[in-house]
Amino acid sequence: MIAQNFRHALFCAFITLVISYPILGLNLEAQGISIKLTGAETQTYVGIALAVLIVFLFQLFRPAILGGLGRVKALNPLVDRQPMPQEKRIRFERVALVLIVLGAMFWPFIASRGAVDLATLVLIYIILGLGLNVVVGLAGLLDLGYVAFYAVGAYTFGLLSQYYGFSFWMSLPIGAVLAAAFGFVLGFPVLRLRGDYLAIVTLGFGEIIRILLNNLTDLTNGPDGIGGIPDPTLFGMEFGRRVKVEGNTSFHEVFNIPYDSTHKVIFLYLITLILAVFTLFIIRRLIRMPVGRSWEALREDEIAARSLGLSRTAVKLSAFTIGAFFAGFAGTIFASKQGFISPESFVFLESAIVLAIVVLGGMGSQLGVILAAIAVTILPELAREFSEYRMLVFGAAMVLMMVWRPQGLLPMTRVHINLKKQEAGVTDHA
Amino acid sequence: MHDVMYFLQQLINGLTVGSAYALIAIGYTMVYGIIGMINFAHGEIYMIGAYVSLIVITGLAVTSPAWIPLVLLVALICAIIVSSSMGWAVERIAYRPVRGQHRLIPLISAIGMSIFLQNYVHLAQGSRNIGFPLLIEGGISLGGGEDGTFQANLSYMQLTIFIVTLICMTGLSLFISRSKTGRACRAVSQDLKMSSLLGIDTNRIITATFVIGASLAAVAGLLLGMYYGSIDPLFGFIAGLKAFTAAVLGGIGSIPGAMLGGLVLGVAESFTSGYLSSEYKDVVSFGLLILILLFRPTGLLGKPEVEKI
Repeated sequence: MIAQNFRHALFCAFITLVISYPILGLNLEAQGISIKLTGAETQTYVGIALAVLIVFLFQLFRPAILGGLGRVKALNPLVDRQPMPQEKRIRFERVALVLIVLGAMFWPFIASRGAVDLATLVLIYIILGLGLNVVVGLAGLLDLGYVAFYAVGAYTFGLLSQYYGFSFWMSLPIGAVLAAAFGFVLGFPVLRLRGDYLAIVTLGFGEIIRILLNNLTDLTNGPDGIGGIPDPTLFGMEFGRRVKVEGNTSFHEVFNIPYDSTHKVIFLYLITLILAVFTLFIIRRLIRMPVGRSWEALREDEIAARSLGLSRTAVKLSAFTIGAFFAGFAGTIFASKQGFISPESFVFLESAIVLAIVVLGGMGSQLGVILAAIAVTILPELAREFSEYRMLVFGAAMVLMMVWRPQGLLPMTRVHINLKKQEAGVTDHA
Repeated sequence: MHDVMYFLQQLINGLTVGSAYALIAIGYTMVYGIIGMINFAHGEIYMIGAYVSLIVITGLAVTSPAWIPLVLLVALICAIIVSSSMGWAVERIAYRPVRGQHRLIPLISAIGMSIFLQNYVHLAQGSRNIGFPLLIEGGISLGGGEDGTFQANLSYMQLTIFIVTLICMTGLSLFISRSKTGRACRAVSQDLKMSSLLGIDTNRIITATFVIGASLAAVAGLLLGMYYGSIDPLFGFIAGLKAFTAAVLGGIGSIPGAMLGGLVLGVAESFTSGYLSSEYKDVVSFGLLILILLFRPTGLLGKPEVEKI
């Protein structure tokens, strides 16, 4: 036992050395056209040696360490906790959502301008997360090109405003509907396929959209992007210092208050908040409607659902289209917030981040998605001094989360009725 | 004459890149065939292979041409060792603990691993792209070139890619069809549970699959890195996507399918950049994927899947 452990530990330590030394310890440096190999600093070597030692010791005493950790109750508070009773859980979720919305309403009046701006971004990710949650969490369709629909929404607004002078409010429904139309057209042929193919096709579609935006230079201005996208207006009142569009009035002149640039930020935040609450509400209703139930039915058991008369294509297509619709929504807001869009903003990493939000939150759970969106957006901002390591940590966190808590922070449970007495032994996992 | 030569050149370029895609695609297809997951980090392993081989080539700093084959061999071996260790570690850390869960979970773990490895290399080696010296120079003229017509060339680098790929593919085919581990691999990909009942150590076979895939990806990393002439930490991602597309194109789970898919994809890309515009080559390859999936969902050589109730 010990001898075998020792050999395994030695092997693991050796592998650690092999995968860390050449990449970390030897650095390539370009000097003009030639390249030079330089050694790293001493602390890197110390770090590698430490890592090798830790891996060796951990693997050597692995049974003892894991056994010991498992017995410490304080480390694992969930170990013998009963799941919350259903009524309590529903009430908890409702109260938490109301509290979050109330807190969000007062946020701009207590926080700084930067914090409000960041909160707007969080809300955009919440809309995206809630939308993708329909596709991935509820319908179980793996969409790796979600950012494409986001891009469609953003570019619809950008192009319409540039060529035809459309305002935010006119573009918002158009962008969302157009994104939904893209989702419909893509989903129609593809959703007949098996799940993994859907993943790769959507990924390819996301890349195609980005490449097209990059190369249709005449229309989209290519990598340089589209600038000067207007801000939203409030009943024809603009928030800039001077009125840009003829016929509009200016907010600070109408109310006769001094001009303040934070008005615009707060206004945009409030609009995003309203749209996020709208998204939350619509999807919450949809989940309880027959269509929402059929999404989950198809996810749980496709064959059973089909034999009960559900049309596979129609149900999947509805989820896919609705998801795309809300991505288009978020895209329009994003374009308005940034005032400038370019294909750079719509890379695969964005899709991965939104997917991570859905998965970290607990697939299907709306409260979980909201909390995860807040965490994923804010934590990197707090750890700015480690910004170099941001994506490294992000990737590692995704892996660790899947290994330790794959069901997410707040897994979703269907509202269900417990049958009485005679079926007391049957636990319902729906 | 001009058109024929131009066509020939595009065909050669396409087959060159395509055979390297095929090498990477095998890693995807073997893993998918056995445990049914998309190994998203595979493109990063290929990128690490390219980096390690460049590090070794730079470190040896050989100038005399006589030593070049030896240098390449050493670089290849080092790249294979590091990449396959990486493949082993990735499987152990990120995939084995989540095996058998809902199929989204290994996939997300894989995406996380891919992001992690990209940034690992990015932090250690910098984000700028680094030039990869072309150690195999020269080529053979295939005709044309008189009176300003187009001259088709087969460079020795391209020839090397063909030969190395051929050797790897032959070796792999022999390994899969003849060796005991290869037979076990085939058994596991047909039915994992049954083969574990029959006494095959499935964990060992799955690890072996990852290691084989990673080694082939390291070979492709050295070849394509040198062929393209520069590498950066992001260059594994798009190549990984392409290779996965190639694997799906050929019929995922099938090794000959991956080879065929790689070649088809490489040629399609090369003709797009030769006759249309190089910006649209990715659009064409993903478009091709969508079309193939529509009309032949199992890929070119894949077996149709029977749904059992």
